[in-house]
Amino acid sequence: MSHFQNDLRKRAEDLVVLYPVKRSAMLPLLHLVQEQDGYLSEEGITEVAELVGTSEAEVRGTAAFYDMFHLEPVGKYVVGICTNIACLLAGGEELLEHATKKLGCAVGGTSSDGLFTLEETECLADCDIAPVVQVNHRYVRTTTPDAFDAMIEEVRDGKRESEIPPHGTLIRVRRSSGLQAPREEIATQRASAQAAREARAAKEQN
Amino acid sequence: MATFSAPKIVSSRKDFDDSYTLSRYLETGGYIALKKALGMFPEKVAAEVDAASLLGRGGAGFPAGRKWSMLRKSPISYLVVNGDESEPATFKDHYLIERDPHQLIEGVVIASYALQVSQAFIFLRGEFALGLERVQQAVNEAYAHGALGSKIFGSDFSLDIVVHPGAGAYICGEETALIEALEGKRGFPRIKPPFFPAVTGLYGEPTVVNNVETMSNLPWIVNNGGAAFAALGEGRSTGTRLFALAGRVKNPGVYEVEMVKNTFRDLIYDQQFGGGLIGDKKIKAFIPGGVSAPWFGPDLLDLPLGQDEVAEKGSMLGSGSVVVLDEDSCVVRATWRITKFFSRESCGQCTPCREGSGWIERAMYRIEHGGGRLEDLDLLLDLCDNISPGLLWPPQQTTICVLGPSIPSSVNSAISMFRNEFIAHIEHGGCPHD
Repeated sequence: MSHFQNDLRKRAEDLVVLYPVKRSAMLPLLHLVQEQDGYLSEEGITEVAELVGTSEAEVRGTAAFYDMFHLEPVGKYVVGICTNIACLLAGGEELLEHATKKLGCAVGGTSSDGLFTLEETECLADCDIAPVVQVNHRYVRTTTPDAFDAMIEEVRDGKRESEIPPHGTLIRVRRSSGLQAPREEIATQRASAQAAREARAAKEQN
Repeated sequence: MATFSAPKIVSSRKDFDDSYTLSRYLETGGYIALKKALGMFPEKVAAEVDAASLLGRGGAGFPAGRKWSMLRKSPISYLVVNGDESEPATFKDHYLIERDPHQLIEGVVIASYALQVSQAFIFLRGEFALGLERVQQAVNEAYAHGALGSKIFGSDFSLDIVVHPGAGAYICGEETALIEALEGKRGFPRIKPPFFPAVTGLYGEPTVVNNVETMSNLPWIVNNGGAAFAALGEGRSTGTRLFALAGRVKNPGVYEVEMVKNTFRDLIYDQQFGGGLIGDKKIKAFIPGGVSAPWFGPDLLDLPLGQDEVAEKGSMLGSGSVVVLDEDSCVVRATWRITKFFSRESCGQCTPCREGSGWIERAMYRIEHGGGRLEDLDLLLDLCDNISPGLLWPPQQTTICVLGPSIPSSVNSAISMFRNEFIAHIEHGGCPHD
């Protein structure tokens, strides 16, 4: 019985076969777990371990290294505010401080209604519109406290749902199926490229 | 005076709202270079890139042609594109990924053909949700268009591209850490030697890792020839380069600028670029190439935007990010935040970096927030010296990767340029700007 619901099991299996080595699908699969559960659930970790052919400890140990993976449940919306150098110079710390008041939670905490988790992030590479704010990894581009408050209210009222989907950075990423070059063709091409190079190397040596 | 005569090589579609679609890409000359390249011998394509003297646009500035030619002796198995742009205040690859994904893909196919590689990976920051969507969509379109997959445009060449998401770790921009992440592991940089993934890379096989902007230059180089690219710029710095301008300027943004022909002053003050400082304040200092780079003062504003020109003055163009601090910016706070970043992002493998970054961050914190001591200044420099002996440029290394030696840059710069401000913080018992 798969923990992945709907088409997620199929998407996960499709991801695994894209890579020459199964374990390479680790990070994308963990993103899928978060897409469904909002965080890395025990069941999700077990299923990823099975899919990539490793132990649950290996999966957990790998996931813990990466900032985007939540090992405990978080709010429906994860609000990230950058305070790194460009945002610092544009008032990022002040905006983060403001956000703790607006959301009623500390940095790293979740609002009492369970809707918002607030994070202080490192540079999000959108520094011309600083301070940078992301909600579920969508740039919302609100740089002032007033704009931030208005955005939060819209999100709370469900007015930004098309723009800010639930967790899972891959939630709208789909690889068209059946468009992969045949494996045999790739293998043949690799073999002939190698043979050509070896022949050339042998010639150079002579 | 700023010069604008150079063509826009990688940002030519900047003014189109639909620049990321296949239809716009084809209308604006897309995939012509790929067809041309497929009609050439792979070695000839590589030779054009060599002739262009294209320096890698990721940060280290290693010549892309040499990266490829070093590999030619052993067959390359994989091409990996580094789109894990995380150097603070760098956002030029973000632009290329979201706004011109087909240009990136065309570059990847051209490079793969030149290297005769049949499997490529585009590694993108996990935080680029929209970028991941756009690049995957463009990959889908490219397959359907015949520009990717089996027997590309009717040639004998086949290629698969997999778009791979990261998950939030600065260190994965280091190419061996990126390979580890792509193998589904923690992003720990690999022990050198071997110095290049070209020897042992993904799955232990020879691998080329190139930056997004480097790849995005290839269609133009194939269309116009390596010599035309090399004719732009000066010396070793050929072509144009994207600069991400941020901080206390009126018009922060991504600007494509001909190498060497323009100066930092042009970039920061010209109306077509930064437009000067907010409130017409005076400039206090600027960071010329990402937070790993030593800072410059206003006396070096007239330095040309060229790799060797900046290196001669003891810093680097690095990731193509320029951050401007004005007369009211607190350099102690800026330095503290940068050290906090390194402390958070150190992968923890090497003691000097893991322990040193946290220690430096705590010392910087107490100076900025009250509780600093005069002897902290010596302590900070001593800690920096333990991470990178001699505080030289280019830095000496005691760690597996260059994250460690990047930590002292801002600390050493700030203390040597603005020692009085540190002392003011210590004597005032906190930040005088608060």
